[in-house]
Amino acid sequence: MGCPIKKIPRTPFLFLLPALGLIIVFILYPVVYTLWLSFFSPTGEFVGFQNYFELLRNPDIINFNNFPSDSPPWGALIHNAVWIAIHLPLCVLFGLLFSVVLQDVKGASIVKSIVFLGMVLPMAVGGLIAEFLFDKDIGIVNVILRFLGVTSLAEKSWIAWPQTALLATILSGVWMWTGFSMIVYSAALATIPREYYEAAEIDGASTFRIFRHITLPLLKPATLIVIVMSVLYELKIFDIIFVATGGGPGAASNVLALLMYRYAFVAFKSNQAAVIATLLTLLTLPAAIWIAKTAVKRK
Amino acid sequence: MKIKLSRLVAHLIALLIAIIWILPLIGIVMLTIRPLKEVLNGWWNFTEFNLTLENFLTVITSPTTRLGRGFINSLIIASFATLIPIFIAALAAYSFARFSFPLRTYLFLLIVALMAIPQVMVAIPLFQIMVNLNLLDTYLGLIVIHSAWGLPWIVLFLRNFFLTLPVEVEEAGKVDGASDFQIFRKIVIPMSLPALLSVTALQFTWVWNDFFLALLILFTPEKYVAVQRLVWMKGKYHTPWDLLSAGSLLVMVVPVLVYVLLQKYYVQGMVGWGVGKG
Repeated sequence: MGCPIKKIPRTPFLFLLPALGLIIVFILYPVVYTLWLSFFSPTGEFVGFQNYFELLRNPDIINFNNFPSDSPPWGALIHNAVWIAIHLPLCVLFGLLFSVVLQDVKGASIVKSIVFLGMVLPMAVGGLIAEFLFDKDIGIVNVILRFLGVTSLAEKSWIAWPQTALLATILSGVWMWTGFSMIVYSAALATIPREYYEAAEIDGASTFRIFRHITLPLLKPATLIVIVMSVLYELKIFDIIFVATGGGPGAASNVLALLMYRYAFVAFKSNQAAVIATLLTLLTLPAAIWIAKTAVKRK
Repeated sequence: MKIKLSRLVAHLIALLIAIIWILPLIGIVMLTIRPLKEVLNGWWNFTEFNLTLENFLTVITSPTTRLGRGFINSLIIASFATLIPIFIAALAAYSFARFSFPLRTYLFLLIVALMAIPQVMVAIPLFQIMVNLNLLDTYLGLIVIHSAWGLPWIVLFLRNFFLTLPVEVEEAGKVDGASDFQIFRKIVIPMSLPALLSVTALQFTWVWNDFFLALLILFTPEKYVAVQRLVWMKGKYHTPWDLLSAGSLLVMVVPVLVYVLLQKYYVQGMVGWGVGKG
C-alpha cells in the first residue's frame, strides 16, 4: 500500500462492502430505475410529468364519479387514505387502552400474547380472516350483528360487496396490527418511574388526572413511533387485500400497492406502474425522514 | 373499595380483549378439526361435534395443495435469508458503530431511510435483474432479495446494540494484537448474542410470512413457499374453508413457534425496531 492511498480507510470500507453491494444492486438501483421509468412513455420517449398528470386524473387512483357521495370504488389513493383514517386511530387507541388496562392485571402476559399473535402471523392469513369473520354463513361478526338486529350487514358476505369490502380488510388489519402498538406502549409505560404516580397520589390527584397529566405526556414518543410505523403499514398494505378481495369487487377495495402490481405484471403498463410506485414512495418519504432522523439522534 | 372495583373492571376488560382477539383463531381451529358439513352453518353450533384429522392430512399430502412441499421450500429460503443478511449487516453495523470514516453519518442515514421504501418501488427493475442474472424462479434469487431487503433494519438494530457494548474489551483485544475482524468475530459477536437472537427471530418470521416477493420471483408451483401455496388453494369463486383453515394453522405454526420459543427476544426486537435500543 502506497502512503498517499492510506487516506482511504480500508477496514471500515471492507466491513461495509457486502452490505453496500447488496443494497445498491437490489434496492437503490431499482428505486432510481423505477423513478426513471415513470418519466417515459411506453415507446421510450421522455414525457416529463405527463404520466403523473394522466394517472392523477385516472379513476383507478382517484375516482371523483363516486367519491365522496357514492359507494366505493373511490380509487386506490382514497382507499389508502381510508385505511389510514380508520386503521390508524383504532390501532393507536386499542394499543394504548390495552397496555394501560393490562398494567395491573393478573395473567396480563397471556392476554398480551393473544393480541400480539396477529403480529406474528402471515398477512396473507389476515386476508383469509377478513373473509372468514364477515362471511354470511360462517362469519362470527355476521352472527353477532344478526343477533343485534343489524340484518342489512349480517345477511351478506362483506368482502363481496363494494360498500363493505374495504372495511372488512381494514378491520382484519386492526386485529393483526394492534399488537404492535400495544407492546410499544407497554414498553414505554414500563419506563415511567413509580415515584411519579406515588407523588401524584399523595397530592390527591385522581386516577384520570394522573393519566392525563403524567402518563399521556410521557407516552408521546411512543405515540409518534406507533403513528409512523402504522402509517407505513397502511400505505404499503398488499397481502391482506390481495388474498381477501383481490382489490374488488370492481376495485372497491383496491390500494396503491396492489394497483401497481396489476399495472406492472398483469396489464404490462410499466411506465404507469412506475408512476404509482413513485407516488406511493413519496407518501412514505416523511416517515423515512423521521426514521432516519431519530436513528441518528440516538447516540 | 374504590380500588377493588377498578381492578375488577380492569380484569373484566382484559378478559373481553382476550376473547375478542382469540375468537378468529378459535373459529379457524373449529373449521379444521371438524368435518366441513358440520360447520357450514356456523362453527359455533355444537349440536353435532366430531373430531377429524382429515383436513390436516389432506392439505399436507394432496397433490393439489402440496403444503408439505411448500413447507420445505419456505424452510430453505427463510433459513438462508436469515443467516446471510445477519452476517452481512453485523459487519456493516460494526463499521458504523466503531470506525469513523468520511460520509459515515450520511451513509447510515441513507441505509436506515430505506426501511420505509415500499417494495413495489423496486418490483419492475428487480424482475428484470432476476431475468438477467438467470435467477428468476429460483430459491437463490428470492434469498438474495430477502437478504438485501433485510439489511437496513438489521444494520440499524445491531449498530444501536453495538454502541451499548463497552469499548474497553475490544481495545484490550487490540493491545493483544488481534485484527479488526478477529475482534469482531471473537469478542463482539459472542457479546451480542441477545441482539442476534432478536434479529434472527424477526427476520426469519418476516421471510417466512412474506408473500409479495415470493409472488414476484417464484412461478413454478413446485417451488412455491408455504404462504404462496396457501393463497393458491383459495379458488377464484370458491373458498374451500376446510383446507384453507387447516393450511392456515400449519403455515402459522412456524412463526408462532419462533415467537413462543424466543418471546423475550422477539418483543425486544420488535420494540427496538421502532423505539431503538436503550
